Amino acid sequence: MDAKRPLFPSAFDVKPPKGAEDWQDLYPYYTRFQPSRRAEDDRKFWFCNSQHWPTALRPFDVIFLDFAIKCLGQYNSRHLLVPPANGIDYRILNGFVYFSPVAVAPDDIGPRVPQFMDRAGHYFMNWNDLLANWKTKVMSMIDQMNAISFTHLPDVVPVEWVKGGVGLDNTNALFEAYDKLIELSYKTWQYHFEFLNLGYAAYLDFFSFVKSQFPTIPDQAIAKMVQGVDSELFRPDDEVKKLARLAVELRVDDALMTGTVDQALAAVGARPNGNTWLAAWKAAQDPWFNFTSGNGFYSTDRYWIDHLDIPLGYLRDYIPRVKAGEVIERPTARLLAERDRITEEYRDMMDAEAQAVFDSKLGLSRTVFPYVEDHNFYIEHWALGVFWRKMRELSRLLQGAGFWPDEDGMFYLSRNEVRDVLWDYAASWAIGTRNVGSAVWPAEVERRRKLVDTLSAQPPLPALNDPPEVITEPFTIMLWGITSDAIQRWTGAVDDSGGLKGMAAAPGTVEGIARVLRSPDQLGELQKGEILVTPVTAPSWAPVFGKIAAAVTDIGGMMSHAAIVCREYGLPAVTGTGNATAKIKTGMRLRVDGNTGTVTILD
Amino acid sequence: MIGDGLYTLDFARIGTADHARVGGKCASLGQMTQAGVAVPPGFAVTTDAYAAMLAHHGLAAEIERHLAGVNPDDLDSVDRAAQAIRIRIRGHRLPEAVEAAIRAGYAAMGDDLAVAVRSSATAEDMPDASFAGQQDTYLWVKGADQVVERVRDCWASLYTTRAVAYREKNRIRHVDVLMSVGVQKMVNARAAGVAMTLDPVTGDRTKIVIDASWGLGEMVVSGVVTPDNFTVEKVLEEIIARRISDKHVELVGDITLGTTVEREVEAPRRQSPCLSDAEVIAVARLAKRLERQNRCPQDVEWAIDADLPPGENLLALQARPETIWSQKKKADAPKTYATGVMGIVSTLNAALPVRR
Repeated sequence: MDAKRPLFPSAFDVKPPKGAEDWQDLYPYYTRFQPSRRAEDDRKFWFCNSQHWPTALRPFDVIFLDFAIKCLGQYNSRHLLVPPANGIDYRILNGFVYFSPVAVAPDDIGPRVPQFMDRAGHYFMNWNDLLANWKTKVMSMIDQMNAISFTHLPDVVPVEWVKGGVGLDNTNALFEAYDKLIELSYKTWQYHFEFLNLGYAAYLDFFSFVKSQFPTIPDQAIAKMVQGVDSELFRPDDEVKKLARLAVELRVDDALMTGTVDQALAAVGARPNGNTWLAAWKAAQDPWFNFTSGNGFYSTDRYWIDHLDIPLGYLRDYIPRVKAGEVIERPTARLLAERDRITEEYRDMMDAEAQAVFDSKLGLSRTVFPYVEDHNFYIEHWALGVFWRKMRELSRLLQGAGFWPDEDGMFYLSRNEVRDVLWDYAASWAIGTRNVGSAVWPAEVERRRKLVDTLSAQPPLPALNDPPEVITEPFTIMLWGITSDAIQRWTGAVDDSGGLKGMAAAPGTVEGIARVLRSPDQLGELQKGEILVTPVTAPSWAPVFGKIAAAVTDIGGMMSHAAIVCREYGLPAVTGTGNATAKIKTGMRLRVDGNTGTVTILD
Repeated sequence: MIGDGLYTLDFARIGTADHARVGGKCASLGQMTQAGVAVPPGFAVTTDAYAAMLAHHGLAAEIERHLAGVNPDDLDSVDRAAQAIRIRIRGHRLPEAVEAAIRAGYAAMGDDLAVAVRSSATAEDMPDASFAGQQDTYLWVKGADQVVERVRDCWASLYTTRAVAYREKNRIRHVDVLMSVGVQKMVNARAAGVAMTLDPVTGDRTKIVIDASWGLGEMVVSGVVTPDNFTVEKVLEEIIARRISDKHVELVGDITLGTTVEREVEAPRRQSPCLSDAEVIAVARLAKRLERQNRCPQDVEWAIDADLPPGENLLALQARPETIWSQKKKADAPKTYATGVMGIVSTLNAALPVRR
């Protein structure tokens, strides 16, 4: 490595795509690389988190980048005092998100240890009780968000308010609803990280111990020992499978196979047993259809419960398989037996002393790991789904008041600009004039829409500046797979001979035809037996894993969604290849080796 | 049922109590057979048969006479004595009852079946595994007369120069060492080789390392060919590395000549893998199963029989404890492990930089 020239360019030398030169004002000042801080920011290593933010952000969507990263940091640095790691610094460059883990100064690590032992120790010792309390808190967030509604300001203040001497108008409720919704989502994000860092830390401890015993053990084998089989993340898919089976049993399956959602449901309703099925369909939706086809971080996320065509599409996939006598249910007993077998066989190879340590670390990991998997359903799918539904409601309301021509216009404003719009709306209503925004925002929203689209079209650089000697932030390694190997791959130094290297995320080797999908909207194109090649997958893609032969992703580590689900389904997976979707074209023949983490293009 | 129980013993009937009189190799074949592992059928010619041979001809006294004047440091004198003893053993007919038992055992296996006749050394004579290969193995033996003769040859191989010198040096009484012989159906090996239930280079027990080549496994064991080499993750049962070699010769049975012949492997086959992935996994599972049964790392010889249907064609020929790593004292891994939250602290503080 050249000592003078960094491995990756400086953020200040990266040019925006043509036509998006003015992207900066889309995002708050604190998210941007500021020329006045260049020396400081150039000293840090930044990696692009395209796993969680795979496309350029719309201005409103900065909200969950802000909340997620701030809340992740607070638990490392202020609640638990994780000895070597503070939070993760973040920036937006050309619409994409860059992270830089913040290490604790060596001298400060020691003094943090007793505090961490005390604080983290309390959580580990009271895990189940605290977790029960956590569920109550999160459910309260969801209930409170559900209770929020946005309504047009009326022509006149209700006469009862006037006669009752209330002395206020309807704008208070509007402001309060908006502020409350944001506040609730902010709290939700804090809860999101209340247990997560600890879960990963305990897992990492188990992981490191097993690696010390068996230096060559595949990461995926360690993951398999800990992974649960009844994660709530699998429930939505399980529910659809149950509905498919019920439809066949009640002989309403053919009614579901054609037409729009409304037409199909009406056709079922007309059948003798139709209402039994419809009741089951209804019952499954709450809460299990609070399930996004994205990851919950974007205002563009489509949730099943708002887009019933998504689960219906999966249902239409499952019904013929049920009728063909296929077992579509997940073989949970077999998976559990397999997990026990793997655990037992490695354990057998250790000496008695190591076995005792293994048992204790495995026990803790298995206690904490369900949270790592399940929280995703409660937060990203359920709570954030409610948040986005309510915000869309507000965007439509303001569309009605003339602020923008399209119903998603609000998401091209920052959350603070929306607060201004609400004021504009309230003040003009009170004054009796036309709001100013309707003359400003339509053109501005259009300009920003073009900017975001232009930014999204240019793939981001994987990293900026030089990597550090060591990376100490557990998330960076576990979640994003940022290791020296990964960094090497990004530089293009390794293997360009028709092969791609990534993480050996789920075992097995398979050959097949590639299907490159860039968005969940394309899922319908996927044919049975194909190899899914995609930037990143989300939990609600679960039904497609029953169809594919293997998965290859650009982004993601051992604990990324595609890795977890592929291990569950017994499919080979190679994650974090960096550029599989760019190098592979639909129709190419591939060999996916999930044992070594290689993908070979065969023709 | 093959064997009369006294002089010959069917692999399927070898009990723990019999181990001393059938030798290590046959004991292992017996154990595998009874555990349901697919093993080519056969029988052991017990040490009782050998003892009867010695007794019948007064060979023990004769052997001691030959060796009485030998100076263990003078290899020439050892060599002369050893050769004389081998000639004496080969020069005698087998006792009638012993020969009848061997002929009956062989006849029970089939009509003029090709068999392998292998020495099966007893414990006193097998202080380390490297010595085990000293005694003779005869492949593709056909006809009862031949079998009887080869059994006697195996007995005689107890008196090779090296074996005699070894016992002299270690003060083992020669006539106390008895020998058993295995008579086993010959495998028509399409491919064969060795599987170790640890990585022989690193001692890593999470790996199964397989060497495989075309034809009989002798080419792999003797190092005449560079075999294909596969590494299988033991627990996940997945192939994690493969090295396909140029396998220029193979040892195969020749029915018309009634023997094994070494022949050139034709071009396209030389460089193709001699095992499919599924076969590699099957071999690994076999080795793993034997490791479990014997409760220690194993060195397994196996073959894929071209005459048997897929799924039933993988045979175990031999399993013995791995000796090199197992004897090595376990490297002193750090014995103090931090547990609980302290464990997490040390992992967070220390493990991460190491992993980079």
